[in-house]
Amino acid sequence: MKSAIIVFPGTNRERDMAVALQQASGKAPHMVWHRDTDIPDVDLIVVPGGFSYGDYLRAGAIAAHSPVLRSLKEKADKGIPVMGVCNGFQVLTETGLLPGVLMRNAGLKFICRNVGLKVETSQSLFTGGYEDGQVLSIPVAHHDGNYFADEKTLDEIEQNGQVAFRYVDENGAMNAAGNPNGSARNIAGVFNKEKTVLGFMPHPENAIDSAVGGTDGRGLFDGLVRALS
Amino acid sequence: MSIANVAITPEIVAEHGLSEDEYASILKILGREPNMTELGVFSAMYSEHCSYKSSKKWLKTLPTEAPHVIQGPGENAGVIDIGDGEAAVFKIESHNHPSFIEPYQGAATGVGGILRDVFTMGARPIANLNALRFGSPDNAKTRHLVGGVVAGIGGYGNCIGVPTVAGEVNFHPAYNGNILVNAMTVGLAPADRIFYSAAAGAGNPVIYVGAKTGRDGIHGATMSSAEFNEDSEEKRPTVQVGDPFTEKLLLEACLELMATDTIIAIQDMGAAGLTSSSVEMAGKGGLGIELDLAKVPAREENMTPYELMLSESQERMLIILKPGPEAEAEARAIFDKWELDFAVIGHLTTTGNLVLKMGEETVGDIPIAPMVAESPEYDRPWQPTPAAPVLDPASVPAPASLTGALKDLIGSPDLCSRRWIWEQYDHLIMGDTAIRPGGDAALVRVRDSKKGLAMCVDCTPRYVKAAPETGGAQAVAETWRNITATGAKPLAITNNMNFGNPTKPEIMGQFVGSINGMKAACLALDYPVVSGNVSLYNETEGKAILPTPVIGGVGVIADIGKRATVAFKAADEAIVVIGETKGWLGQSIYLREIQGHEEGAPPPVDLALEKKNGDFVRGLIEGGKVTACHDVSDGGLAIALAEMALGAKGLGAAVEPAADLPAHAWAFGEDQARYVVTAKDADAVLNAAAAAGVSATVIGRTTADGELKLATGDSISVSVLRSEFEAWLPDYMAAS
Repeated sequence: MKSAIIVFPGTNRERDMAVALQQASGKAPHMVWHRDTDIPDVDLIVVPGGFSYGDYLRAGAIAAHSPVLRSLKEKADKGIPVMGVCNGFQVLTETGLLPGVLMRNAGLKFICRNVGLKVETSQSLFTGGYEDGQVLSIPVAHHDGNYFADEKTLDEIEQNGQVAFRYVDENGAMNAAGNPNGSARNIAGVFNKEKTVLGFMPHPENAIDSAVGGTDGRGLFDGLVRALS
Repeated sequence: MSIANVAITPEIVAEHGLSEDEYASILKILGREPNMTELGVFSAMYSEHCSYKSSKKWLKTLPTEAPHVIQGPGENAGVIDIGDGEAAVFKIESHNHPSFIEPYQGAATGVGGILRDVFTMGARPIANLNALRFGSPDNAKTRHLVGGVVAGIGGYGNCIGVPTVAGEVNFHPAYNGNILVNAMTVGLAPADRIFYSAAAGAGNPVIYVGAKTGRDGIHGATMSSAEFNEDSEEKRPTVQVGDPFTEKLLLEACLELMATDTIIAIQDMGAAGLTSSSVEMAGKGGLGIELDLAKVPAREENMTPYELMLSESQERMLIILKPGPEAEAEARAIFDKWELDFAVIGHLTTTGNLVLKMGEETVGDIPIAPMVAESPEYDRPWQPTPAAPVLDPASVPAPASLTGALKDLIGSPDLCSRRWIWEQYDHLIMGDTAIRPGGDAALVRVRDSKKGLAMCVDCTPRYVKAAPETGGAQAVAETWRNITATGAKPLAITNNMNFGNPTKPEIMGQFVGSINGMKAACLALDYPVVSGNVSLYNETEGKAILPTPVIGGVGVIADIGKRATVAFKAADEAIVVIGETKGWLGQSIYLREIQGHEEGAPPPVDLALEKKNGDFVRGLIEGGKVTACHDVSDGGLAIALAEMALGAKGLGAAVEPAADLPAHAWAFGEDQARYVVTAKDADAVLNAAAAAGVSATVIGRTTADGELKLATGDSISVSVLRSEFEAWLPDYMAAS
């Protein structure tokens, strides 16, 4: 699997993502600077976490209008898989590639901790490394992860099977206690209709090593490699 | 009338925090009256913050050398060799006054400043730590200050993408009018690629990079060198405003530039901004420096030379580049890529003078060597702290039950969980956090290796207040113990000396005592000081803080897979205390929280015993003989056991107090040099201890029932303890 990581000024989890992609695929991803208008031919494009352009206007809002994003949209329209993590998820919702928006956490504070994450479907090229309904322990680290869409949109994405992950409590139950940021219907990640674009808040790239943080994130990267190699 | 033409009156001199003697020395150095810009430069350089005038005499006595020390105090940060061609670069620094005036920005720029100190040396920052002291929870300002400081630290560290992995927090009324925010950064660099600040090569260009200069923070260094009074709130404009996004760009641009071969010297613009950076760089190189202030990228119009020289705008660096257009072009391209200002603002000279120009006009001309040589150094009168009486543990009343007292203690402001704080810090970014916040020390893996750096910050101010020398030694020893408890070998420290007004002999006595204790501990533990910071005048309306010499320690472990952690691992393991329990209750948390007294002498620190017990424990961990390890500190054995149980799901412990001590002295005494370990094979531990001549006592076993039993008939559910432990801080912060 060949991959590319988009790097904006203020992106800060690009190395963590590169380590995870390299570990799973054996290939170092291309790092693509925000001013580049050409993304190389790859099997997967990743928009990683951080504070693109300082997130000063609204998380992900400026990045959505950067030169490299035009190129990313073209590739996404052609069906090249795109994955946005944390700030990357915010960027992808700002571009309209994914439905909904990410608002300030309900608790109004930045939150960094492991959350329970339920895999809603294994039927995607991103989640094939997991079982349906599998509950993972993966860290979140964000200030603006409160997923919101109007009821009609939420109903639609549920019907289309576009919900990828939901926050759950330590017993795997979907409830308020397991929801770290107030997300609508505990949604932690969504696909586009075609399931070629995925965005989510948690950081599987920080859960790929038994010595630091556990290995629950590896399924995502290993699954991608199997699907895209 | 331009500010340069203002006549210097005694009032203006006094407003600049300069004494009559200091001003007389300035007249002698210049051979004439200074203009306002020059006076401003002297005032910044001779401030306590930049000159260390009250503390220098004593700081010089601290041990700073060891074979593994690459760079000791005197640079932007200390550097130690951690093997395999790598170096750890670290320093701690205070941002106390600004944080009290404007908690979010004060704390944020404290983090930004210490990060710059570390990446200036060529290191990529890999971890942030912080030591915080707030006033009494009942004080009207405390909640607001806690919220602001924590948000500021998080806001900066989270955005720049460096994990905040460890810290400590105390509450005490002595900090009501003067909180402490001490921030530490640890970075990694190739041992042979360290960058220093000494300028070299007359004619070489002086480059300004980073953010633009504004009118913020003018006189920050002077403000932080004075006591607070009721007008201090009006000094809000002297607090700088941080921009972690710009600092992230500056970090990446500097590291990219450092990978080229174009830099001769580099220094961040911290306290006293352009003044201290230019003077220090030229001074260390024995050169002169000429700056054209009209070329300084300015955020505001019509800034005067005075303002440009004294601004403490953040996220700026000064660089001496190699000569020639190629080096400049190569460097400029990097800063263009990162969209940061890059301006050639001057050059090095052979005159030995700091020459300031505004276009063609010379607006300042100061000989650097005499200014540095005449930098004030005081031998302040000091008076030793009278010895506090040793308290007989039998004279301290027992609680109704040990577990009842434990429940109160574990939910008290100083011992409760700090989760509310560290969950607001991204402590996982970079993917190398092997021991997360809440342990004895944090452990951060060294990129692409099995090696780890253990790090922590510690101080027990109530001990220092009662006996400065013991307290100074204890702070060093506690970091050493915390690092040891993870299995790592402690290597070196950085110190942040937070004290009151040094012109008061009793305060100076606290300072001297602490230094003496620290020195003894550093020598005994082979644990030198490589960097540090002094913050004096921490007083409001004449009332001083508790003396708070915070120590940041760093150690190394060869294989993070062999680390020890605090939590119990399994039921039916032996619980062994390493080190002797004598039931010392003087200055204990039990005495303060349960009995309402702060009295007596603190526990003595036997440094030889610390070393022997610690080396033994590290050997146990290395040899895989223990399943968990925790140092014993505030709250004694009972708190240590509770914390070990809290970290595990469903486990408990059953122990019995020693027969020869009052049970509460055994449970809550704070004797030093102790660890609690658990082991599958207790005999292996006891035999090894006997062979090493170390005291080791089996006090009980871990259990599967989720109860902590401290004595026959006296137990409490760990889940009750957990709710007490987790409740206090969030409840406090949610109240209004």
